[in-house]
Amino acid sequence: MQPRRSLPLTRTHALFLALACIHAAPSIAQGALTTPSIWAPASTPANEIYHLSLFVLLVTGAIFAVVGGLLAFVIVKFHARKSDAGHEPAQIYGSTQVELAWTVIPVLIVVVLFLTTARIIFAIQDAPEPKSALDVTVVGHQFWWEFRYPRLGIVTANELHVPVSTQLRPEPTYLRLLSADVDHSFWVPQLGGKTDLIPNHPNQMWIDPQTAGLYLGQCAQFCGIEHAKMLLRVYVDTPDQFDAWVKNQQQPGVEDQSVAAGRHVFEQQACMNCHTIAGTAAKGIFGPDLTHLMSRATIASGAAANTPDNLRAWIRDPDTLKPGALMPAMQLSDQETDEVVAYLTTLH
Amino acid sequence: MADQTYPIPGTLDIAPSRGARLLEWLHTWVVTVDHKKLGILYIVYALFFLLVAGAEAMAMRIQLAVPNNHFLSPEVFNEFFTMHGTTMVFLVGMTIIFGIGNYLVPLMIGARDMAFPRLNAFSFWMSAFGGLLLYSSFVGGFGLYGVGSAPDVTWWAYAPLTAKAFTPGHNTDYWALSLIVMGFGTLGAAINTLATAFSMRCRGMTLFRMPLFVWLMIVTSGLTLITITPLTAAQVMLIIDRYLGAHFFDAQAGGAPIVWMHFFWIFGHPEVYVLILPAFGIASEVIPVFSRKAIFGYPAMVAASVGIAFVSTTVWAHHMFTVGMTSVGNTFFVLSTMMVGIPTGIKIFNWIATMWGGKIRFATPMLFCTAFLFQFLCAGLTGIMLAIAPWNWQLHNSYFVIAHFHYTLTGSFIFCIFAAFYYWYPKVTGRMLSEKLGKWHFWLFFIGFHLTFDTMHFVGMLGMPRSIYTYEADRGWSTLNFWISMGGLIQGVAVLIFAWNLIHSYLHGQEAGNDPWDAWTLEWSVPSPPPAYNFAEDPVVRSRRPLWDLKHPQDPDWKYER
Amino acid sequence: MSSVPIFADENWRLPSRGRVGMFSLIIGESAIFTIFVVAYVYYIGRSTYGPTPQILDVPIFNTICLLSSSFTIIFAEHAIQRGAMRRFAALWALTMLLGIEFLAGTAIEWRKLIFDDGLTIRANLFGTTFYSLVGLHASHVIVGLIMLSLVMIFTLLGRVEQRHAERIQVLSLYWHFVDAVWVVVFTVVYIVGR
Ligand code: HEA
Ligand code: HEA
Ligand code: HEC
Ligand code: CUA
Ligand SMILES: [Cu+2]
Repeated sequence: MQPRRSLPLTRTHALFLALACIHAAPSIAQGALTTPSIWAPASTPANEIYHLSLFVLLVTGAIFAVVGGLLAFVIVKFHARKSDAGHEPAQIYGSTQVELAWTVIPVLIVVVLFLTTARIIFAIQDAPEPKSALDVTVVGHQFWWEFRYPRLGIVTANELHVPVSTQLRPEPTYLRLLSADVDHSFWVPQLGGKTDLIPNHPNQMWIDPQTAGLYLGQCAQFCGIEHAKMLLRVYVDTPDQFDAWVKNQQQPGVEDQSVAAGRHVFEQQACMNCHTIAGTAAKGIFGPDLTHLMSRATIASGAAANTPDNLRAWIRDPDTLKPGALMPAMQLSDQETDEVVAYLTTLH
Repeated sequence: MADQTYPIPGTLDIAPSRGARLLEWLHTWVVTVDHKKLGILYIVYALFFLLVAGAEAMAMRIQLAVPNNHFLSPEVFNEFFTMHGTTMVFLVGMTIIFGIGNYLVPLMIGARDMAFPRLNAFSFWMSAFGGLLLYSSFVGGFGLYGVGSAPDVTWWAYAPLTAKAFTPGHNTDYWALSLIVMGFGTLGAAINTLATAFSMRCRGMTLFRMPLFVWLMIVTSGLTLITITPLTAAQVMLIIDRYLGAHFFDAQAGGAPIVWMHFFWIFGHPEVYVLILPAFGIASEVIPVFSRKAIFGYPAMVAASVGIAFVSTTVWAHHMFTVGMTSVGNTFFVLSTMMVGIPTGIKIFNWIATMWGGKIRFATPMLFCTAFLFQFLCAGLTGIMLAIAPWNWQLHNSYFVIAHFHYTLTGSFIFCIFAAFYYWYPKVTGRMLSEKLGKWHFWLFFIGFHLTFDTMHFVGMLGMPRSIYTYEADRGWSTLNFWISMGGLIQGVAVLIFAWNLIHSYLHGQEAGNDPWDAWTLEWSVPSPPPAYNFAEDPVVRSRRPLWDLKHPQDPDWKYER
Repeated sequence: MSSVPIFADENWRLPSRGRVGMFSLIIGESAIFTIFVVAYVYYIGRSTYGPTPQILDVPIFNTICLLSSSFTIIFAEHAIQRGAMRRFAALWALTMLLGIEFLAGTAIEWRKLIFDDGLTIRANLFGTTFYSLVGLHASHVIVGLIMLSLVMIFTLLGRVEQRHAERIQVLSLYWHFVDAVWVVVFTVVYIVGR
């Protein structure tokens, strides 16, 4: 599967990126297309946050200009000059009016900011779930993501597929966030804010991406040694693409007699204790579901591209790609490894 | 006036051998109960750990300078940022404020020592022992073979990552136990500071004539009492879980990891104000002296400090906007958090008003304080942005947060600490710090600081999360990270210049005299360094600026003070 | 050296540092207890298995003992203020006895809970929070008793005199605090939580 391009930049984000460019023109120019910037929202929650943040920037920017300006003025105007050595300036101990003014004005600013914020909190957090919504359960594992579509009977890992949601055909996705071990956090900046996955504390969030494409994110709560490589890819599919994807995922694992040897190894070794391949004896749940491994562009939650070479390296010793991953090095012979890889590469 | 100089102890009749003299000199430092010596011990200890934690930061920055770097392994990186944060907050921050407080509070209120000198020594040694325990983790745990077992669970150490099941070694135990030990030391220091400031003031030093630094040490100590203790309590629970098999934070048994988060931030949020309030105190001493004006609105400054302390105990869950609180809960913490901006604003405005109409001398202490004003303004405004819960859902745990709090911790706290060094070093050692090196230190640190931490805001908004030991090359973060790291190295150079300045000026600095800055508080009325008993006679004061009264007998302060 | 303007401020009184120190300590300790109490309250009824708080017996006698020790220590303070050292020693000893009784009562209660009811600290959330909270309080009673017995020893050696009344008062503040905390713990554990 080819990664698709995410949203092109619009004018307003370009403004903010321009600010960033003071430091880093080249990297933005090259990297912008895969940069998970909060200034390129592509879904209602992200968009509402984006507009709120513009407003807040305006207010804080004004405060900055006024107070910073005062400070600059004082520095320039009142620095000591050679001529006035010896005299102390007039001593002023305070002024009730002035002090009252700079207490009351901030109070008013806080009230405005607060009311605006409260409105958005309720709008995003308490939005009722429409009937047409797609339900997905996200389970965070040390260091990979499990995605379950309870109503579609699909289980997959690391790469989330959701349909595009348009004005005419709203189909938001509601994510139920659970954790199998420690705290994680689901964050795809262009689609929405982050929400944590906490054991014993089910959470929920929603997204309604309006443009098809690939959106990147990653785990945003430190969860152990490989937290940095707990990457996240969300594919927003057009309705047709999504239906095709669903159809494919609902099939059991591909049976291909030419790789029976690999399947045999898989079922003889401990692989099946940790991994599931629908339609075979492998029903483990500790590791990612491999039934349609080949429908994913990456393995090990984005740590490496899904190529036969990387699969071989991974199975020989996961630590070379992701030191500290919870899959052990399987100690297979070269031949067994080749067979297993051959088998895995048939799992479309 | 006895010309007791530090640090050589009283002379003996028969000149003892060099080794014996050295031993005796060390001995006086170990058994001392003098608040000045203990203050110096605290400060030296904190400076040492500033270098250590700074070196850890440098290592992290080298690792992150380019994508997919292999300078540090993931384990070591995780240990380093945990240790960097823990060290900076507890071993540098807490010790240096209580060190400076220890040295200055008795001098400023005209007392001869702290209220409980022996408790004071006990507190210091507890803190010192806690720090050593924490750092022994680098060699401890699995023994000297291969890796040590430094804590690697972040400085907020969220459950259940800290449970035996997920961190089986002793990493987490080192973290919890050493901080519990340090906690007792800190508690002792806070109690002592309060008792000193309330019960040891010289004649005429009413509460509203105390220097603002003393006020802020009172507020900080009060806040310490009610913030360090919840951390201690939560860490005791964690240790009970880990050693006795209890279930406080065990999700399988129905325990709630969320509870740890609340406990930690009930400590963690006020803790950051514990650090910044003494920094405010330092600014409130330095800015008036170098502007040649009385502090503007003293009563409002005191009220604002107390107000900040109170409000800051109600805002902790702004670190938890993403954990799935109810919308009402989120809304409450948005409001309480933003309210902190009001008393803080009052302080900023009062400082600016103090400078207004003054004749500002930009000596090094004032340079650091002016930069502090600017950086704290920015830091506060990014704090307000983070307090906007929906925006926080984007910014939380990104480098934007790292930028915000380094603006407060490095850009405000450390800047004020540096100001304090340049301002009071003459009092402590009798010699001035070199102004020339000081200017180099300031400008390099200022440039490095802005290069590093301004840039972090952007990379955070471009989606870079914190606590990651490496990142992908295609994210558009590479160039920014490179400049962040460069800025870090510039800061490192600046700190080395500072360290050199401390040593060089100690040996060759210009003699300071009692009152090199033409200042107004009591500590400048005694020789530099002050004799063991501080004041030959107990001083008596009539206003907030006793030395001003002395220097301007026709126009004393007590005629005007409100 | 200090040639700061001298003027006489007639009555220059400052609070006793002992009292300020002790009050500060008490504030800090209260925060520790608050955290443990909150944990206890939060976890009431959340244990998914194992014994429940119904197995607790209300320790009325124990509570009476501990609370009355607050009164005996007040009488002891009065005694030392008036210089009645024998009376002081007797009342002090009585206070200690009451404290020791309380500890003994707790020990007996725990024995029953552990061996008859199978409630240990690892049994479930109730066990975890119960032993930690009650144990935290008991450890404070122990610390208090150690300090009381130091005073007792010095009293018996004849080293405690009327002029130490202030210090004795500061110490007894701590004992009052330990008692007051028991009222909270008792309410939470044996009344609200049962
Ligand atoms: C010295 C330390 C210090 C200080 C002083 C502050 C001050 C503030 N902080 Fe900061 N903060 C930290 C240290 C500090 N912080 C640390 C260490 C963390 C991260 C911990 C971690 O996760 O590891 C953190 C994280 C943090 C978060 C959580 C981020 C996240 O993880 O998602 C938030 C969210 O609200 C926040 C907000 C604020 C606010 C509103 C202030 C306010 O006090 C600022 C008030 C000041 C002003 C507002 C400017 C001056 C005022 C005016 C000029 C008046 C006019 C202004 C208005 C009317 C708005 N901080
Ligand atoms: C007072 C507090 C304080 C201070 C002053 C600093 C100062 C600095 N910090 Fe720190 N930082 C924290 C408190 C602080 N930090 C906290 C609480 C965290 C969160 C931890 C966590 O997530 O758990 C954090 C996290 C943190 C991170 C994020 C790690 C991550 O999430 O992955 C980074 C990354 O760049 C960083 C960098 C820096 C830098 C470059 C400095 C610079 O300003 C430092 C300047 C340099 C020096 C002061 C010393 C220079 C020394 C030398 C040049 C060598 C000396 C030589 C010898 C010892 C032989 N810090
Ligand atoms: C002890 C459990 C365990 C065993 C045994 C195990 N795995 Fe894994 N496997 C995992 C875990 C956990 C992951 C996820 C690692 C990560 O991304 O951090 C994983 C990931 C994978 C992946 C990448 C999947 C993806 O989509 O990212 C492949 C392919 C894989 N394993 C194949 C195998 C094969 C083949 C075997 C047997 C030879 C095997 N595994 C044995 C636990 C196990
Ligand atoms: Cu999962 Cu970080
Ligand atoms: Cu905070």
